[in-house]
Amino acid sequence: MSGIVSYGSYIPKYRVKPDEIARVWGEDPDNIKNGIFILSKSVPSPDEDTATISVEAARNALKRGGMSGQEIGSIYVGSESHPYAVKPTATIVSAAIGADFKMFAADYEFACKAGTAGMQNVMGMVDAGMIKYGMAIGADTSQGAPGDVLEYSASAGGTAMIIGREKVAAEIKSTLSVTSDTPDFWRREGQPYPTHGERFTGEPAYFRHVTNAAKMMMERMQTKPEDYDYAVFHQPNGKFPTRAAKVLGFQEKQYKEGLLTPVIGNTYSASMMTGLSAILDEAKPGDRILAVSFGSGAGSDAFHIEVTEEIEELHKRNVTTVRKMLEDVKFVDYAIYAKFKKKIVFGEEVE
Amino acid sequence: MSRGVYIIGSGEAKYGELWDRSLREIAVEAGLKAVESAGIRTKDLGAIYMGNSLGGDISMQEHLSALMSDHAGIASEFVPSVRVEASTASGAAAFREAYLGIKSGEYEIAMVGGAEKMTELYGSEIIDITSSIIDREWEAFTGATPAALAAISARKYMADFNVPREILAHISVNDHANASLNENAHFRNKITLEQALNATPIAEPLNLMDCAPLSDGASSLILASENYVKEHGIEGVKIMGSAMSQGEFALHSRKSLYTVEPTRIAAETALKQAGIGIKDISMVEIHDSYSIYGLMALEDLGFAKKGNAREIVENGIGIDSNLPVNPSGGLKAKGFPYGASGVGQIVEAYNQLKNKAGKRQVKNAKYAMTHSQAGSGAASIVHILGVE
Amino acid sequence: MGELSRMWREMPSRYRMEGRKCENCSRVYFPPRDICPVCHRDSIGKMKPVDIAGNGEIISYTVVHETPPAFIRQKPYVLAIIKLDEGPMITGQIVDSEPEEIKMGSRVKSVFRRISEDGKSGVIHYGYKFTLEK
Repeated sequence: MSGIVSYGSYIPKYRVKPDEIARVWGEDPDNIKNGIFILSKSVPSPDEDTATISVEAARNALKRGGMSGQEIGSIYVGSESHPYAVKPTATIVSAAIGADFKMFAADYEFACKAGTAGMQNVMGMVDAGMIKYGMAIGADTSQGAPGDVLEYSASAGGTAMIIGREKVAAEIKSTLSVTSDTPDFWRREGQPYPTHGERFTGEPAYFRHVTNAAKMMMERMQTKPEDYDYAVFHQPNGKFPTRAAKVLGFQEKQYKEGLLTPVIGNTYSASMMTGLSAILDEAKPGDRILAVSFGSGAGSDAFHIEVTEEIEELHKRNVTTVRKMLEDVKFVDYAIYAKFKKKIVFGEEVE
Repeated sequence: MSRGVYIIGSGEAKYGELWDRSLREIAVEAGLKAVESAGIRTKDLGAIYMGNSLGGDISMQEHLSALMSDHAGIASEFVPSVRVEASTASGAAAFREAYLGIKSGEYEIAMVGGAEKMTELYGSEIIDITSSIIDREWEAFTGATPAALAAISARKYMADFNVPREILAHISVNDHANASLNENAHFRNKITLEQALNATPIAEPLNLMDCAPLSDGASSLILASENYVKEHGIEGVKIMGSAMSQGEFALHSRKSLYTVEPTRIAAETALKQAGIGIKDISMVEIHDSYSIYGLMALEDLGFAKKGNAREIVENGIGIDSNLPVNPSGGLKAKGFPYGASGVGQIVEAYNQLKNKAGKRQVKNAKYAMTHSQAGSGAASIVHILGVE
Repeated sequence: MGELSRMWREMPSRYRMEGRKCENCSRVYFPPRDICPVCHRDSIGKMKPVDIAGNGEIISYTVVHETPPAFIRQKPYVLAIIKLDEGPMITGQIVDSEPEEIKMGSRVKSVFRRISEDGKSGVIHYGYKFTLEK
């Protein structure tokens, strides 16, 4: 059975607090903190983008798995902030990890679930015998328009999952997706910032897809919430995944390990995958994980995962864990954040 | 049979920010002044050697050999002309080529020009372009600039030899003091040690006063063979030694971050050619594009052991000292038009040895040494001039 | 103006620090060299690709305030000469640290970052930079 052979994440070092953003836009920071439960969000350096974050995550995954880039038969990078509109991030990653010329690669876009769509794709290739190991990456340096509520959450990070049939540390026993045409959040070609349907993003979009995908998976696997040691959902803010978990019948101890948005913000395509990465850092053989992503537009990918004894080998490797990345941070003010995120624009000739 | 080579004339366009003057104007001005000073006519020239470093990048003008020849009105004489490029040592390299051309017997008289127009561009673009003198692929690409590399050398030097910033600053203070007496200098203001120490940081530990400015400028010299000098009864200044040495391009490739081995080798060779010792040198023009390079040069040229240049500096390097350093004002204050500076240093040495340096005249100047460095120290050219 | 092939051909070295090893004397070179400056002609045909781990030590550094265009958003930035564990010294930027945290002798490791771009519509150049090892 195919599953996760290794995994690696990368979260930029810089953080900005909602207090800073609220101060600039005349909002009440407590409203933000209580309303969407975000206490800080990650900020990429000016020299970081989805490609660099993907490469760092990919390298962490290879290092943790004790693997070389040449063992990777396919790379799919899911993101809604690929540095190029045309020219793949996956090729940059493949060159940076020294992957073979003979390989499968492409970029994916399905809002925040493009990374998990890549996981499903790689699983299929592995199970079909097309490749031995493949890599799926979810990474973003997501955009939030200045002053928009998204600005409090849109952050940066990435996670790479290496999927194969040998040395599997977390078996993916089953996966399924739900899909509908729901315009809850989008970004038109050429537009710098996305547009969202505000409260419309809740019930008809996030909750409908996430909870239905989760229920379908539990039905398929004949499981109940209490059968899982961990549950992780897409995290557009701190509130939505908590509510979805409660609606489904999960307890805090099951979802708290994978709930990262309150401290790193919404890493979009990396959101659920990085939560899963944090869980795998802690998981023990035999642990069961329910993981459900969500992509606006809209759809959800659900995974039923069971951890094997191989996880202990991965824990022995000297690779930075997600928790460690949460500790080693530097806070910046809004001005530095705006400079880093290139919200302060200066003439084309100088960059 | 090799022959002696003499400098018989010099000319210079003022160094500085020459907003109203073009590259060709300043080059021609210096060249024609030199011709006039030598008492020759342009038809007498056997060859022209133009030193220029960044004309292609800054002015989008290569082929300065043709530009100079034509606009100095020499095209009708069909004199061979070539541009010589060795980064910030281009001027000294052009001078050395002219020297070799005459020494070989090919020419009797040659003109050397050094010209650079650094101020045609503004903003950070010029920092990118001046970084052409270091390794573009493996230094400049990663964020290195000429100043940054000098600063990396400075930090290591200061730490290894326990040298304070004051010692570096003295090099610049001395340059400004001397330049105040040089009407062709870019900066004619004296600066205090405090001013030198408290200037805006450029690349720590170096600040604005440790760094030579972006100057426009042109210098020119006329060289002649021993036969010509004797035949015409000219009292020239003899080129007693001329040596160039080329080492590793990138700073990170060198064994030491603060030893410019090519300087050491070129100085040793030039002194040997001249048949004199380092103690015989009456004055030296050193390539102090950054103050640290001044200290490094004093050591590598042989005036002090490695790490001991501070002793020379502390003993005084002014015009009246035992070792007058950069009586012209140096690269820091006379100015630093890349391809011109190497010629400009020799113009100063020539005028000093001819006793024509006016208020900044070094007493009893007999032997002068000039040192021009390419890039962060990839190459050095040393000349020794003397009067018999 | 744009640079394509010039950047493209250096990708193995820029992206993942591929160096060269002289199989005559076993010395490792990064940036790559086609000839070993120690063995000279004896190294012809013997300079083989070798992977550099990207770990090393800061030999000296500077804090750059006057920056080329590509680095303006990072001003002031730290630039260092680093001695790699494999032997060679290289020049590189130290990121994600304040200048006060940098020391001569600090251990660093390589990271993959954006270096520059050919304007807003041109290609993006990626390469190695360094962070302090914690």
